[in-house]
Amino acid sequence: MFKKILIANRGEIACRVIKTARKMGIKTVAVYSDADRNALHVSMADEAIHIGPPPANQSYIVIDKIMEAIKQSGAEAVHPGYGFLSERMDFAAALEAAGVVFIGPPSPAIEAMGDKITSKKLAQEAGVSTVPGYMGLIADADEAVKISDQIGYPVMIKASAGGGGKGMRIAWNAEEAREGFQSSKNEAANSFGDDRIFIEKFVTQPRHIEIQVLADKHGNCVYLHERECSIQRRNQKVIEEAPSPFLDEATRKAMGEQACALAKAVGYASAGTVEFIVDGQKNFYFLEMNTRLQVEHPVTELITGIDLVEQMIRVAAGEKLPFQQSDLKINGWAMESRLYAEDPYRNFLPSIGRLTRYRPPVEAVTPTSVVRNDTGVFEGGEISMYYDPMIAKLCTWAPTREAAIEEMRIALDTFEVEGIGHNLPFVGAVMDHPRFVSGDITTAFIAEEYPDGFQGATLDEPTLRRVAAAAAAMNRVAEIRRARISGTMDNHERKVGDDWVVSLQGEDFHVGIAADREGSTVTFCDGSSLRCTSDWTPGQPLARVMVDGKPLVMKVGKIPMGFRVRLRGADLKVHVRTPRQAELAVLMPEKLPPDTSRFLLCPMPGLVVKINVEEGDEVQEGQALATVEAMKMENILRAERKGVVKRIAAAAGSSLRVDDIIMEFE
Amino acid sequence: MVPANSGGKTMKDILQELEDRRAIARAGGGQRRVEAQHKRGKLTARERIDLLLDEGSFEEFDMFVRHRCTDFGMEDDRPAGDGVVTGWGTINGRMVYVFSQDFTVFGGSLSETHAQKICKIMDMAMQNGAPVIGLNDSGGARIQEGVASLAGYADVFQRNIMASGVIPQISVIMGPCAGGAVYSPAMTDFIFMVRDTSYMFVTGPDVVKTVTNEVVTAEELGGASTHTKKSSVADGAFENDVEALAEIRRLVDFLPLSNRTPAPVRPFFDDVARVEDSLDTLIPDNPNQPYDMKELILKIADEGDFYEIQKDYAANIITGFIRLEGQSVGVVANQPMVLAGCLDIDSSRKAARFVRFCDAFNIPILTLVDVPGFLPGTGQEYGGVIKHGAKLLFAYGEATVPKVTVITRKAYGGAYDVMSSKHLRGDFNYAWPTAEIAVMGAKGATEILYRAELADKEKIAARTKEYEDRFANPFVAAERGFIDEVIMPHSTRRRVSRAFASLRNKKLSNPWKKHDNIPL
Repeated sequence: MFKKILIANRGEIACRVIKTARKMGIKTVAVYSDADRNALHVSMADEAIHIGPPPANQSYIVIDKIMEAIKQSGAEAVHPGYGFLSERMDFAAALEAAGVVFIGPPSPAIEAMGDKITSKKLAQEAGVSTVPGYMGLIADADEAVKISDQIGYPVMIKASAGGGGKGMRIAWNAEEAREGFQSSKNEAANSFGDDRIFIEKFVTQPRHIEIQVLADKHGNCVYLHERECSIQRRNQKVIEEAPSPFLDEATRKAMGEQACALAKAVGYASAGTVEFIVDGQKNFYFLEMNTRLQVEHPVTELITGIDLVEQMIRVAAGEKLPFQQSDLKINGWAMESRLYAEDPYRNFLPSIGRLTRYRPPVEAVTPTSVVRNDTGVFEGGEISMYYDPMIAKLCTWAPTREAAIEEMRIALDTFEVEGIGHNLPFVGAVMDHPRFVSGDITTAFIAEEYPDGFQGATLDEPTLRRVAAAAAAMNRVAEIRRARISGTMDNHERKVGDDWVVSLQGEDFHVGIAADREGSTVTFCDGSSLRCTSDWTPGQPLARVMVDGKPLVMKVGKIPMGFRVRLRGADLKVHVRTPRQAELAVLMPEKLPPDTSRFLLCPMPGLVVKINVEEGDEVQEGQALATVEAMKMENILRAERKGVVKRIAAAAGSSLRVDDIIMEFE
Repeated sequence: MVPANSGGKTMKDILQELEDRRAIARAGGGQRRVEAQHKRGKLTARERIDLLLDEGSFEEFDMFVRHRCTDFGMEDDRPAGDGVVTGWGTINGRMVYVFSQDFTVFGGSLSETHAQKICKIMDMAMQNGAPVIGLNDSGGARIQEGVASLAGYADVFQRNIMASGVIPQISVIMGPCAGGAVYSPAMTDFIFMVRDTSYMFVTGPDVVKTVTNEVVTAEELGGASTHTKKSSVADGAFENDVEALAEIRRLVDFLPLSNRTPAPVRPFFDDVARVEDSLDTLIPDNPNQPYDMKELILKIADEGDFYEIQKDYAANIITGFIRLEGQSVGVVANQPMVLAGCLDIDSSRKAARFVRFCDAFNIPILTLVDVPGFLPGTGQEYGGVIKHGAKLLFAYGEATVPKVTVITRKAYGGAYDVMSSKHLRGDFNYAWPTAEIAVMGAKGATEILYRAELADKEKIAARTKEYEDRFANPFVAAERGFIDEVIMPHSTRRRVSRAFASLRNKKLSNPWKKHDNIPL
C-alpha cells in the first residue's frame, strides 16, 4: 500500500479523499491556490503545497505544477477527485511517465470514453443500448423523414454545431420531421454557419440513471447498482438518490451488466460511472461514461457499505476486489442534496462572500438512520468566485425512501448557513413536493414544477399549526424573560398573559397557552391542542421543538413582535401578539414593496468601478450603465429598457450593499 | 336611601357619572375622526399607549383638563383631555411616563393646558426618576390661543433641557410635527419616526415655496427617510405604529430609568465564554479589503442582539446597544465597509452624541476600532471637521463610564487617539494580533519619509516593507502599555465581558465645573 498520496483537487472532494486515506493510514498531501490558503482541505492534510494564483487554469489544472508538488512531497500516488485533471488523459500519462500511480483508470480508458462519438461506438460494440440515431450527413428532407421513420417517433433533429436549444426540433411524425429538418437547417446555417444536421430518438419522460462500476487490474468488474440523478437544474444535478424509485430488478440487472461489459471492453480498472437516459417505458440508452469518482458517489456508499475511495486506492495499488457481484446488495435508501452557493430567490445567481455562520447537522449513524455531510468549507471561510459553487453534499440514509426523505427534511432544517445566498430552501421545498415524494420524476422536474423560478415554499395547514404552536410557546419564554429585567416596580411586575394571536402566512391563530414545568400545551380556537416541549432559549438561531411528539426544527430570528422562521423551504414572518396588539395590527396599512423598475439596483455587494452615463442621458436597452466590482470580478450592469437617467445615486468608488440604488430613471 | 349632600343622586348615579365622563374623554375627537385617523394608517393616542405600556398598567392624569380659551368660538368646544393623553405605566414592569398627543382633538394642537399636562408628567418623571416617552402627533400650536400656546411650548422646552442627562427622553414622531413643536423632540435623547405617516420640519412646504420658490413635498422635506438618512435628526424609522411602539419597548429595556440608577440587567441565555472561531478569519488577507464590523458586534453580543441607533446615517461608524452578561453596553465601531471606516464630520457627530448619552446614563462603552484616519478633502475642512472631530475626542475623554476598546485592524494617526484610546482614560485597551497602530499606513509613511527615493520603485517597496514590519502590528504599542493585552479574535466575547465585569465598581469623576465647553 502507498505511504503517501497527493490529492490534486480542492473543496469537499479533497477532504473526502483525505478522510479515507487517513483511515487507511496513508499520509496525505494537499495542493492549494492563493484563494485556498485557509481552506479546509489544506488544514486537514498532513502536508500542503502552494501551486499558484486562484484561477484553476493557473493552479489546479496546470499539470506541471501538480507534477512539481508530487516531486516535492514524494507522494507515490495521486487521487484526482472529480473535475480538474480527473479525466485528462495527458495527466494520467504524465504520471505514468514519472512512475507515479494514478488513482483512476488506465489512460487509454480515459481517452476512449472522453470522446462522445468513440464512446458511443465502443458502447454499441460492447452490446450497450444506445440512443438510436443517424450520425451521418443527411442530404435532404426526404432522407430525414426516411431516417426518422426508421428510428421511430418522436425524434430530435439537432444541429451538429448546436447548443442552447438553437437549431433543435422535436418531431412526432413524418410531417413534423420534414418541417423540422428544414427549419433546423436554416437556423443552424444562420446561427452557426454550419448546417449539418443529425437525427436521434427523442426520449420522452427522461430520467437520468447511472450505474456505478468498480473494476480491478485483474479483470474483475462489478456494478454497485444505480443512482437516480433526475433532479437537475439546467443540467446541474441537485438531488440524487440510490437506488432509483423507478427501476425494477430486471432493468437494474440489465443496466448493470451492460455497464460492466463496457468497462471490461475498455480495460477499465477503478471506480467509474456509466450514465444512462431512461424513458417512461424503462427503455434505457447509454449517454456517456465518467472515468472518475462521481460527485454523488456517497449515496452508493450508503446503500452498499463500500468506501469507493478506499477501493479506488486499493485497485490502484494492485489489489483485487474483495467482493463479487453476488455480495453486493441494496441496503435501504440514500438521498443526497447538493448545497450550492446560489441564491434561489435570485434565479440561482451564484453567491459569494463570507460564511458568517455554517453549522451542518451533526453526522450520525444509528441502526435506522445515517446523516453524512461531505463538505469543504467552514464557518468564517470565504466562498470565492473562482471555483465550483457547490459547498457541501448532505446525505441521509434510512431503511425506506420515505424515511430517508424525512431524515433529509430534518437535516436540511437543521443546516445553518448564513452570509451567502444558498439553495437550502429550494431543496427543502423539493423534499416536500408531492411529485418528488411519489418518485414520479424526470429530468424536467424542476423546469416543470418551478417554471417561474423559486419564491419560497408554502406550508400546509397542519405544519402551519405546528409552527404557530411552537412560536407561541417560544414567544412566551422570551416575554417572561423580558419581564425579569432589573429595576421593576415591586408588586407591580408585568404579568405575561396566556392568550396570544399567532399570525403567519396570512392566517391568524388565536391560541391559549397552558405552561407547566415540562412544556406548554397550546390550544387553538377549535379546541384542538398541541403539546410543545423544547430546550430553546431566546437568541438561539435554531429551535428544536417537539410538537405532539414529533420534532419540528426551525431557524428562528427576531423581528418586532415575533420571529422570522425558516423551515421546509419556507421563509415566514411569524407574529405573536396579544389579542389587543393583534386587533390594532389589523389597522396598519399594508405597504406594497416599492416599484423598483425605475431603479438600477446593485445586484450584489460590491464596489462601483465606473458609472457610464450621466444624469439626463437617454439610454437604450442593453446599454452599459455602470460597472460593479465584486470579489475582483467586474460586472457590467445594463439597461433593461429604454429610458432617461433621472438621478445617479452612487459614484465610482462607493461601496454598495445588495439592492442599494445606483441610479433612477424617469 | 339618598345621601343628604348628593342633590338627589344615588351612589350608583355618582359612580355612573364618573364612568360617563371617562367614556366621553376616552372617545377623544369622536368616532368619525378616529376612523379618519385609522384610515391614514395611524392609531389613536390611547391605542398607542395600549401598545407602548404593559397591558393594564397605564395610570392616567388630567383626563378632565379642558382649555380656557374663549376666542374664535373656542368656548363652545372644550373637550375633556384637551388633545393629549398623559400618565405613567410600565414597560416590562419598569416605570415610564408618557404623553400621547391626540390628533382627533383639534388636530393634536398644543394649547396652554395641553402643555401643562405634559409639563406635569415631566416634573414627576424628574422627581421620581423615570423616562419620559412622548408620542407626537400634532398639527402645531393652538392658533386660537396665540402667545399662550407659544408659552406652553417654551415651558416644555425648558423641562426638556432640565431633564436632559437626568432621565432618558424618547420622542416618537407619529404624525405631523412642525414649526416650534420640533424643538421639544430635538432636545430629547432619541427621535424615532414612522415611515409614510410622520414628518418634521421647522417650515413646511408652503412656506418653503413662498420664500425660496423651492417645490418640495412634506415627505421629501421632513419624512422619515430624510431625517434618518440626510439630516440625522431621527435615530431610526419604523414601518408603522405597531412596530414602532414594540421597538420602543425594546429600546427602553436597554436604558436605565434615570442617571441615579444603573443600566438594567436581565437574565441572559448565552455563554459568557462563547468561542467564535470564525472571528479568527474575519480580517481579510488584503489590508485594503473591507469586512463587516457588524458581524463582530453580533458575535460579541449576548444572543446576537443589537439595537442600532442611526443605522442609515454616517454608516462609516456604527452605534447602538448590546448586552454583555445581561448588562447594557453601548457600542461604537468603525465600519470598514463604508468609506473604509474613516472618521468624518458626520460620523464624529453621530458617535459623539451616542458616547455622551451612554456616559450620562452610566452605560459602559465598548469601542471597536478599524480606522484609517480622518477623511481628507476641502468638503471636510470647510465643513469644520476640526471642531466636529473634536466632539468625539471630547466625548470619549470626558466619559467616566467603563470603557473597553478592541483594535481589530487599523488605528492610524489622530483617529487612533480619538477612538477611546488608552490616553483618553480607556480602562481596557485590547488589540487583535492583526492590529496596526501607527501614524499612518506603511505606503503613505514611506512616501513621506523617503521622498527622495520615490522614483526608485524597488527601494520604496523595500522601505514600505521595513515600515510594515516595524509598525503594522500591535506590539510597538503594547511595549509602551498603550495596549493592555493582545487577544485572540475568537475569545473577544469572553475577554471583553470579563473586562466589563471587573469594572462594575469603577469610580471616576471629573473636576467640578459648571459645565464643560464641548466644541459644539
